[in-house]
Amino acid sequence: MSENIESKPYISFLQAESKHKGIFKWILSTDHKRIGIMYLAGMLCFLLVGITFGFLMKLEMLTPGKTLFDAQTYNTFFTLHGIIMIFLFIIPGLPAVFGNFMLPLQIGARDVAFPRLNLLSWWLYVIGGIFAIVSLFLQGGPIDTGWTFYVPYSLRTGTNVSLPLFAAFILGFSSILTGINFVTTVHRLRAPGMTFFKMPLFVWAIYSTAWVQVIATPVVGITIILVIVERAFSLGIFDPSLGGDPLLFQHLFWIYSHPAVYIMILPAMGAVSEIIPTFAKRTIFGYKAIAYSSLAIAFIGYFVWAHHMFTTGISDVSRFIFSLLTFLVAIPSGVKVFNWVATLYKGSITPGVPLLFVMMFIFLFSIGGLTGLVLGSLATNVHVHDTYFVVAHFHYVMFGGTVMIFFAALHYWFPKMFGRMFNEKVAKWSVGLIFVGFNMLYFTMFILGYEGMPRRYWDYLPQFQTLQVISTVGSWILIAGILLMFGNLHRAMKKGTSASANPWGGKTLEWTIPSPPPVHNFDEIPVITHGPYYYGEEEEK
Amino acid sequence: MSDTVIKNHAENLQEEHVHRDDFGAKMGMWLFLFTEILLFGGLFLLYMAYRLEYSHEFHIAARELNVGIGTFNTIILLTSSLTMALSIAAMQRSRKGLSLFLLASTKILAIGFLVNKYFEWSAKFEHGLYPRSDVLLDKPRGEYLFYGMYYAMTGLHAIHVIAGMTILIFMFVFIWRNIITPTNYVKLENAGLYWHLVDLIWIFLFPLFYLIR
Amino acid sequence: MYNENTEHTGHTEKEHSVGYGTYVLIWLVLVGLTVTTVSISGINLGNISLAVALLIATVKSAFVINIFMHIKFEDKIFRVFIAIALMTLLSVFVLTAFDVFFR
Repeated sequence: MSENIESKPYISFLQAESKHKGIFKWILSTDHKRIGIMYLAGMLCFLLVGITFGFLMKLEMLTPGKTLFDAQTYNTFFTLHGIIMIFLFIIPGLPAVFGNFMLPLQIGARDVAFPRLNLLSWWLYVIGGIFAIVSLFLQGGPIDTGWTFYVPYSLRTGTNVSLPLFAAFILGFSSILTGINFVTTVHRLRAPGMTFFKMPLFVWAIYSTAWVQVIATPVVGITIILVIVERAFSLGIFDPSLGGDPLLFQHLFWIYSHPAVYIMILPAMGAVSEIIPTFAKRTIFGYKAIAYSSLAIAFIGYFVWAHHMFTTGISDVSRFIFSLLTFLVAIPSGVKVFNWVATLYKGSITPGVPLLFVMMFIFLFSIGGLTGLVLGSLATNVHVHDTYFVVAHFHYVMFGGTVMIFFAALHYWFPKMFGRMFNEKVAKWSVGLIFVGFNMLYFTMFILGYEGMPRRYWDYLPQFQTLQVISTVGSWILIAGILLMFGNLHRAMKKGTSASANPWGGKTLEWTIPSPPPVHNFDEIPVITHGPYYYGEEEEK
Repeated sequence: MSDTVIKNHAENLQEEHVHRDDFGAKMGMWLFLFTEILLFGGLFLLYMAYRLEYSHEFHIAARELNVGIGTFNTIILLTSSLTMALSIAAMQRSRKGLSLFLLASTKILAIGFLVNKYFEWSAKFEHGLYPRSDVLLDKPRGEYLFYGMYYAMTGLHAIHVIAGMTILIFMFVFIWRNIITPTNYVKLENAGLYWHLVDLIWIFLFPLFYLIR
Repeated sequence: MYNENTEHTGHTEKEHSVGYGTYVLIWLVLVGLTVTTVSISGINLGNISLAVALLIATVKSAFVINIFMHIKFEDKIFRVFIAIALMTLLSVFVLTAFDVFFR
């Protein structure tokens, strides 16, 4: 059957012509596949900028006192590293790239529900990014508040705060529009026969994420606008000298920014649930449990935000409640990890590059998750609050979790997106380098934080130097690994051998069409009769 | 053989994939409305916290607001919601002229609302009740915050009224040019949904600011 | 779970259109409720005056959502959506109140 598909001549979405010329063929295209790739291009640019800031920060930490630049520069660097990595890379992350590309393919649709809105989202993303970059070069200097923009400092500092805040608002808008699009797409455009419980788990994850994007993002939107208005007109809402309550800013900020963590991680978990069955050649274990746990994480994740504020002086009642709710998130996350491991059990495993990334993810994410429990407990939180321990924790979760799966998904779907294969051997080398570098860089931070190294400090006590040096060297290895990986993929785009329709033996719908997909995806909309990971064994009910 | 290739080529031309789905369009609109509700939700949350903290000062500060203008504006917005709903009903019954007339009435009422708002705000400014004014800075912090919240919330609402009016102008043109027709009027319905949302928010803003006595 | 795929693709099938009269009636009710809430606010009800004002506002918005915004006549899924959004908002209020109320 697949032979049949491949022999038929067709024009892929990469080659297709339109009424526009040159680059406009892409930047004015409403094709969900092109938009996905444009997001990928934009995000990788920002990722490299973010990596550069991270690299420089670690370099500064090589010796106590001044190594390369002064404290104010360090402040702006960690702020920019945070803003770029969070708002321009991992929040759009998997949904914008792989959600856009794969969601319609996986549910058997020709495009998303609102293609033009989709293009608008991308444009807003670019405009937001440009605003953020422009703000660096305006008078007043780059923002130095940290990516959390906490008041009252963000009201007082003379650096450029309003423009990057506005950029974040625009990026939020882009995220909301993507969310609206995906929820509607899942409800309206599933192929005939594809009920909710026959959808691939990546679709479930994207669907849950899209709801969080719609329901959570506006809250940070209004918060950001209020800070801008406060700076301009002094309404007093967040200004303690005028009666306002800065803690309410933190509430509103985290009401979005904690669910945003799940915007980042949920799609990654969805991609894991795709990759594991494909490389274990086995139906996913506990399909419904994974599907429901996505919804549960999205839901509970909405109600845990104040665990970022345990030491700020919020009431004891709320500290208790939010700590309890925080522990509850561990349950659906644990359900997922259990089901993934159970799927691998007795599977006929092929250790392909995407699976290696997934194994790395499970290892790193488990460490990140377990240290999250340390932070979620009120007593230990007081000890490690605002130390490197927190920095290590969220890099294990966000980088070790989301970004590793971003890399995994990039390798998994690369043949589908570009119709070419990458060099497996080089890719495996990069996996190894990333793993070693990552743990050197961030595991040392757990120890440093536990010993009392505060985050965001430009200087440190001499006794921390050994660990800081190990950490800095780790960052070099990690960056080498990442560059090797991108180099390999870049080479594959131009010189890779051409990929077949289904190089990994996946069972979801995107593997039933040629690589790269034709413009309108499916010649005929498929009719779905069984679950997404059907490997011929008995299907679970 | 070459025939099929040509056909294939036409199929593969990168064109916008257009399909009509009114149900989906409404679903998208409702999801968008949720984002608006949550946007204001953040402000209502702040209002709740500050009203709890400065309950006495809020009562005193609210006396300066004019209940008469507030009530009048409430009725104007409710009426504009009525004309909006009637405009859609007229479109369903293929009465284009009536639909246009009702849509125009909605816009005139919206302008009336904004004009009232303008006079209301300028009266406050004349009394020195604006952020950073000496009058307000001399008052207790709770009263300062009341006006902070008042300007933030009614201001954001006014921006939404203006946005809604802009949308309605587009709808007027669309009906005029027969882009919106009795068989295809989901755009008008969605514009109506947006307009009703603006009304909904005002329904809550009104008692929270004007009716504390 | 939801099977809305098969139906409602356009205005082709039966469309519930509300009569002019219903709209005018609802408008009268809304104006009536506005007058009520304003007059009640003149009476000193102490602590429950805020609750009464919010209750009336909720009743008014229920009319607007159901009739003007057509939710009464739309597919069930819309009501599910609205419930999700409003429950989330409510939960956020309650959880924040645990801080500001007990601080």
